[in-house]
Amino acid sequence: MNISEISVGDTLPERQHTATNVSLFLYNAVIWNPHRIHYDETYTTQVEKHPGVVIDGPLQGDWLNQVVVNWMGDAGQLATFNYSNRRASYLGETLTSGGAVTAFDADAGTVDVELFIKNEAGEVITPGTAQVRLG
Amino acid sequence: MSELISAEARSWIGRSADPVRIEISRTDIRKYAIATEQQQAKFLNGDEAPAMFLFGALRPLIPMDQLGPDGIPPDKFLPDLPLKRVMAGGTEMQFHRPVKPGDVLIATRSLHDLVEKQGKTGPLIFVSYNLRVETEAGELVLEEKQTRIFR
Repeated sequence: MNISEISVGDTLPERQHTATNVSLFLYNAVIWNPHRIHYDETYTTQVEKHPGVVIDGPLQGDWLNQVVVNWMGDAGQLATFNYSNRRASYLGETLTSGGAVTAFDADAGTVDVELFIKNEAGEVITPGTAQVRLG
Repeated sequence: MSELISAEARSWIGRSADPVRIEISRTDIRKYAIATEQQQAKFLNGDEAPAMFLFGALRPLIPMDQLGPDGIPPDKFLPDLPLKRVMAGGTEMQFHRPVKPGDVLIATRSLHDLVEKQGKTGPLIFVSYNLRVETEAGELVLEEKQTRIFR
Protein backbone atom coordinates (compact mmCIF):
# COMPACT_ATOMS: atom_id res chain seq x y z
CA MET A 1 0.00 0.00 0.00
CA ASN A 2 1.33 3.45 -0.97
CA ILE A 3 -0.24 6.14 1.23
CA SER A 4 0.19 8.90 -1.36
CA GLU A 5 -1.88 6.91 -3.83
CA ILE A 6 -4.89 6.03 -1.64
CA SER A 7 -8.24 7.19 -2.95
CA VAL A 8 -11.87 6.50 -2.14
CA GLY A 9 -13.12 3.51 -4.10
CA ASP A 10 -9.78 1.69 -4.14
CA THR A 11 -10.36 -2.03 -3.70
CA LEU A 12 -8.42 -4.20 -1.27
CA PRO A 13 -7.05 -7.54 -2.48
CA GLU A 14 -9.56 -10.39 -2.31
CA ARG A 15 -8.72 -13.75 -0.76
CA GLN A 16 -10.47 -17.09 -0.74
CA HIS A 17 -11.00 -19.16 2.40
CA THR A 18 -11.98 -22.82 2.37
CA ALA A 19 -12.33 -24.16 5.90
CA THR A 20 -11.62 -27.87 6.40
CA ASN A 21 -12.33 -30.25 9.27
CA VAL A 22 -8.70 -29.81 10.27
CA SER A 23 -8.71 -26.01 10.13
CA LEU A 24 -11.98 -25.76 12.09
CA PHE A 25 -10.67 -28.23 14.68
CA LEU A 26 -7.47 -26.21 15.15
CA TYR A 27 -9.31 -22.88 15.30
CA ASN A 28 -11.82 -24.09 17.90
CA ALA A 29 -9.09 -25.79 19.91
CA VAL A 30 -6.99 -22.64 19.93
CA ILE A 31 -9.89 -20.39 21.02
CA TRP A 32 -10.96 -23.11 23.52
CA ASN A 33 -14.44 -23.48 22.04
CA PRO A 34 -16.01 -26.90 22.63
CA HIS A 35 -19.37 -26.12 20.92
CA ARG A 36 -20.16 -29.28 18.92
CA ILE A 37 -21.60 -27.47 15.88
CA HIS A 38 -18.01 -26.84 14.74
CA TYR A 39 -16.74 -30.45 14.69
CA ASP A 40 -19.55 -32.98 15.32
CA GLU A 41 -21.57 -33.30 12.09
CA THR A 42 -24.14 -35.79 13.41
CA TYR A 43 -24.94 -33.62 16.42
CA THR A 44 -24.94 -30.43 14.32
CA THR A 45 -27.44 -31.68 11.75
CA GLN A 46 -29.63 -33.84 13.98
CA VAL A 47 -29.81 -31.84 17.22
CA GLU A 48 -29.18 -28.21 16.29
CA LYS A 49 -30.66 -28.72 12.78
CA HIS A 50 -27.95 -26.95 10.79
CA PRO A 51 -27.37 -28.21 7.24
CA GLY A 52 -23.71 -28.87 8.03
CA VAL A 53 -20.77 -28.17 10.33
CA VAL A 54 -20.81 -24.43 11.06
CA ILE A 55 -17.91 -22.14 10.17
CA ASP A 56 -17.40 -19.95 13.25
CA GLY A 57 -18.66 -16.37 12.98
CA PRO A 58 -15.58 -14.96 14.74
CA LEU A 59 -13.29 -16.88 12.36
CA GLN A 60 -14.99 -15.01 9.51
CA GLY A 61 -14.45 -11.84 11.54
CA ASP A 62 -10.77 -12.67 11.73
CA TRP A 63 -10.53 -13.28 7.97
CA LEU A 64 -12.36 -9.98 7.48
CA ASN A 65 -9.89 -7.89 9.46
CA GLN A 66 -6.99 -9.63 7.72
CA VAL A 67 -8.15 -7.97 4.48
CA VAL A 68 -7.27 -4.55 5.87
CA VAL A 69 -4.35 -5.68 8.05
CA ASN A 70 -2.63 -7.35 5.07
CA TRP A 71 -3.38 -4.37 2.82
CA MET A 72 -1.88 -1.76 5.16
CA GLY A 73 1.10 -3.86 6.26
CA ASP A 74 3.38 -1.74 8.46
CA ALA A 75 1.92 1.55 7.14
CA GLY A 76 -0.65 1.81 9.90
CA GLN A 77 -2.47 0.30 12.88
CA LEU A 78 -6.03 -0.94 13.09
CA ALA A 79 -7.95 1.66 15.15
CA THR A 80 -11.47 0.25 14.91
CA PHE A 81 -13.04 -2.90 13.48
CA ASN A 82 -16.73 -3.83 13.39
CA TYR A 83 -18.57 -6.74 11.77
CA SER A 84 -21.91 -8.53 11.83
CA ASN A 85 -22.55 -12.21 11.16
CA ARG A 86 -25.67 -11.98 8.95
CA ARG A 87 -25.89 -15.50 7.53
CA ALA A 88 -24.35 -18.77 8.60
CA SER A 89 -21.75 -20.62 6.51
CA TYR A 90 -21.06 -24.33 6.44
CA LEU A 91 -18.08 -26.62 5.93
CA GLY A 92 -17.51 -27.16 2.22
CA GLU A 93 -18.22 -23.57 1.17
CA THR A 94 -15.47 -21.38 -0.20
CA LEU A 95 -15.77 -17.82 1.08
CA THR A 96 -14.24 -14.70 -0.46
CA SER A 97 -13.01 -11.77 1.64
CA GLY A 98 -12.38 -8.28 0.30
CA GLY A 99 -13.09 -4.60 0.75
CA ALA A 100 -12.80 -1.03 -0.51
CA VAL A 101 -11.71 2.40 0.75
CA THR A 102 -14.72 4.53 1.74
CA ALA A 103 -12.93 7.60 3.19
CA PHE A 104 -9.40 8.97 3.38
CA ASP A 105 -8.44 11.88 5.64
CA ALA A 106 -4.79 12.79 4.98
CA ASP A 107 -4.76 15.45 7.73
CA ALA A 108 -6.12 13.13 10.41
CA GLY A 109 -4.05 10.23 9.00
CA THR A 110 -7.03 7.89 8.83
CA VAL A 111 -8.42 5.55 6.18
CA ASP A 112 -11.92 4.04 6.44
CA VAL A 113 -12.69 0.81 4.64
CA GLU A 114 -15.72 -1.38 4.19
CA LEU A 115 -15.16 -5.11 4.23
CA PHE A 116 -17.10 -8.17 3.15
CA ILE A 117 -17.18 -11.94 3.28
CA LYS A 118 -19.21 -13.36 0.39
CA ASN A 119 -20.43 -16.91 -0.07
CA GLU A 120 -20.32 -18.80 -3.37
CA ALA A 121 -23.71 -17.34 -4.34
CA GLY A 122 -22.14 -13.87 -4.08
CA GLU A 123 -24.18 -12.92 -0.99
CA VAL A 124 -22.42 -10.78 1.62
CA ILE A 125 -22.76 -12.95 4.74
CA THR A 126 -20.41 -10.98 6.99
CA PRO A 127 -20.14 -7.23 6.33
CA GLY A 128 -17.75 -5.06 8.31
CA THR A 129 -15.93 -1.75 8.54
CA ALA A 130 -12.54 -0.70 9.84
CA GLN A 131 -10.53 2.44 10.39
CA VAL A 132 -6.76 2.50 10.00
CA ARG A 133 -4.56 5.03 11.75
CA LEU A 134 -1.58 5.70 9.48
CA GLY A 135 1.98 6.09 10.66
CA MET B 1 -42.85 -4.04 25.51
CA SER B 2 -40.85 -7.19 25.34
CA GLU B 3 -42.62 -10.50 25.89
CA LEU B 4 -39.61 -12.81 26.02
CA ILE B 5 -37.29 -10.78 28.25
CA SER B 6 -38.43 -10.83 31.88
CA ALA B 7 -38.09 -7.91 34.27
CA GLU B 8 -35.62 -10.02 36.23
CA ALA B 9 -33.50 -10.56 33.09
CA ARG B 10 -33.73 -6.86 32.28
CA SER B 11 -32.42 -5.99 35.74
CA TRP B 12 -29.07 -7.52 34.65
CA ILE B 13 -28.41 -4.66 32.21
CA GLY B 14 -25.43 -2.67 33.44
CA ARG B 15 -24.11 -5.42 35.71
CA SER B 16 -20.40 -6.32 35.55
CA ALA B 17 -18.81 -9.76 35.84
CA ASP B 18 -15.74 -10.37 37.97
CA PRO B 19 -12.59 -9.19 36.14
CA VAL B 20 -10.57 -11.89 34.38
CA ARG B 21 -6.74 -11.86 34.43
CA ILE B 22 -4.81 -13.48 31.58
CA GLU B 23 -1.13 -13.82 30.69
CA ILE B 24 -0.28 -13.53 26.99
CA SER B 25 2.10 -16.18 25.64
CA ARG B 26 4.01 -16.16 22.35
CA THR B 27 3.15 -19.80 21.77
CA ASP B 28 -0.59 -19.11 22.11
CA ILE B 29 -0.29 -16.22 19.61
CA ARG B 30 1.56 -18.47 17.14
CA LYS B 31 -1.09 -21.21 17.42
CA TYR B 32 -3.85 -18.64 16.85
CA ALA B 33 -1.98 -17.16 13.88
CA ILE B 34 -1.67 -20.58 12.21
CA ALA B 35 -5.29 -21.57 12.86
CA THR B 36 -6.54 -18.29 11.35
CA GLU B 37 -4.09 -18.38 8.40
CA GLN B 38 -2.46 -15.05 9.19
CA GLN B 39 -0.03 -13.69 6.58
CA GLN B 40 1.96 -11.09 8.58
CA ALA B 41 5.28 -12.30 10.03
CA LYS B 42 4.72 -10.40 13.31
CA PHE B 43 1.67 -12.59 14.01
CA LEU B 44 3.15 -15.88 12.77
CA ASN B 45 6.28 -15.25 14.88
CA GLY B 46 4.15 -14.36 17.90
CA ASP B 47 5.63 -10.85 18.24
CA GLU B 48 2.14 -9.29 18.28
CA ALA B 49 -1.36 -10.72 18.63
CA PRO B 50 -3.82 -10.47 15.73
CA ALA B 51 -6.81 -8.18 16.28
CA MET B 52 -9.21 -10.90 17.40
CA PHE B 53 -6.79 -12.98 19.47
CA LEU B 54 -8.34 -11.91 22.78
CA PHE B 55 -11.73 -13.31 21.73
CA GLY B 56 -10.28 -16.78 22.22
CA ALA B 57 -7.81 -15.95 24.98
CA LEU B 58 -10.61 -14.65 27.21
CA ARG B 59 -12.89 -17.66 26.85
CA PRO B 60 -13.58 -19.28 30.24
CA LEU B 61 -11.57 -22.27 31.46
CA ILE B 62 -14.27 -24.54 32.89
CA PRO B 63 -13.82 -28.11 34.18
CA MET B 64 -14.96 -30.72 31.65
CA ASP B 65 -17.75 -32.11 33.85
CA GLN B 66 -19.46 -28.69 33.78
CA LEU B 67 -19.75 -28.48 29.98
CA GLY B 68 -23.26 -28.86 28.58
CA PRO B 69 -24.39 -31.60 26.16
CA ASP B 70 -23.81 -29.08 23.33
CA GLY B 71 -20.22 -28.66 24.57
CA ILE B 72 -20.80 -25.09 25.71
CA PRO B 73 -19.63 -24.08 29.19
CA PRO B 74 -22.28 -22.56 31.46
CA ASP B 75 -22.25 -18.78 31.37
CA LYS B 76 -22.93 -17.57 34.89
CA PHE B 77 -22.97 -14.02 33.58
CA LEU B 78 -26.19 -14.38 31.64
CA PRO B 79 -29.77 -13.81 32.81
CA ASP B 80 -32.34 -16.57 32.36
CA LEU B 81 -33.72 -16.30 28.80
CA PRO B 82 -36.44 -18.46 27.18
CA LEU B 83 -34.30 -19.01 24.05
CA LYS B 84 -31.33 -21.33 24.52
CA ARG B 85 -29.46 -21.80 21.22
CA VAL B 86 -26.69 -19.27 20.73
CA MET B 87 -25.03 -17.88 17.59
CA ALA B 88 -22.27 -15.33 17.08
CA GLY B 89 -23.70 -11.91 16.23
CA GLY B 90 -20.77 -9.62 15.59
CA THR B 91 -18.63 -7.08 17.36
CA GLU B 92 -17.44 -3.47 17.50
CA MET B 93 -13.81 -3.07 18.57
CA GLN B 94 -11.65 -0.05 19.38
CA PHE B 95 -7.93 -0.82 19.64
CA HIS B 96 -5.79 1.35 21.89
CA ARG B 97 -2.56 -0.62 22.09
CA PRO B 98 -1.22 -3.85 20.51
CA VAL B 99 -1.22 -7.05 22.58
CA LYS B 100 2.25 -8.62 22.93
CA PRO B 101 3.77 -11.69 24.59
CA GLY B 102 4.34 -11.16 28.29
CA ASP B 103 1.41 -8.77 28.67
CA VAL B 104 -0.76 -9.36 31.72
CA LEU B 105 -4.25 -8.12 30.98
CA ILE B 106 -7.39 -7.54 33.04
CA ALA B 107 -10.70 -7.89 31.19
CA THR B 108 -14.07 -6.79 32.55
CA ARG B 109 -17.35 -7.62 30.87
CA SER B 110 -20.65 -5.87 31.54
CA LEU B 111 -24.10 -6.56 30.16
CA HIS B 112 -24.91 -3.71 27.78
CA ASP B 113 -28.38 -4.57 26.51
CA LEU B 114 -31.03 -7.22 25.79
CA VAL B 115 -33.10 -6.68 22.63
CA GLU B 116 -35.86 -8.88 21.21
CA LYS B 117 -36.22 -9.08 17.41
CA GLN B 118 -38.29 -11.12 15.02
CA GLY B 119 -36.12 -13.33 12.79
CA LYS B 120 -37.11 -15.27 9.67
CA THR B 121 -37.44 -18.49 11.66
CA GLY B 122 -38.84 -17.07 14.90
CA PRO B 123 -38.02 -14.74 17.76
CA LEU B 124 -34.42 -13.78 18.55
CA ILE B 125 -32.84 -12.14 21.57
CA PHE B 126 -29.72 -10.04 20.96
CA VAL B 127 -27.48 -9.97 24.04
CA SER B 128 -24.72 -7.38 23.93
CA TYR B 129 -21.76 -7.06 26.27
CA ASN B 130 -19.23 -4.30 26.76
CA LEU B 131 -15.70 -5.58 27.22
CA ARG B 132 -12.91 -3.42 28.57
CA VAL B 133 -9.35 -4.74 28.59
CA GLU B 134 -6.51 -2.97 30.40
CA THR B 135 -2.96 -3.83 31.40
CA GLU B 136 -2.31 -4.52 35.07
CA ALA B 137 -0.92 -0.97 35.22
CA GLY B 138 -4.28 0.38 34.03
CA GLU B 139 -3.36 1.20 30.41
CA LEU B 140 -6.37 0.81 28.12
CA VAL B 141 -5.85 -1.94 25.49
CA LEU B 142 -9.24 -2.69 23.94
CA GLU B 143 -12.87 -1.61 24.18
CA GLU B 144 -15.38 -3.89 22.53
CA LYS B 145 -19.14 -4.39 22.23
CA GLN B 146 -19.90 -8.05 21.49
CA THR B 147 -23.28 -9.36 20.40
CA ARG B 148 -24.59 -12.90 20.81
CA ILE B 149 -27.89 -14.01 19.30
CA PHE B 150 -30.20 -16.48 21.06
CA ARG B 151 -32.76 -18.34 18.97
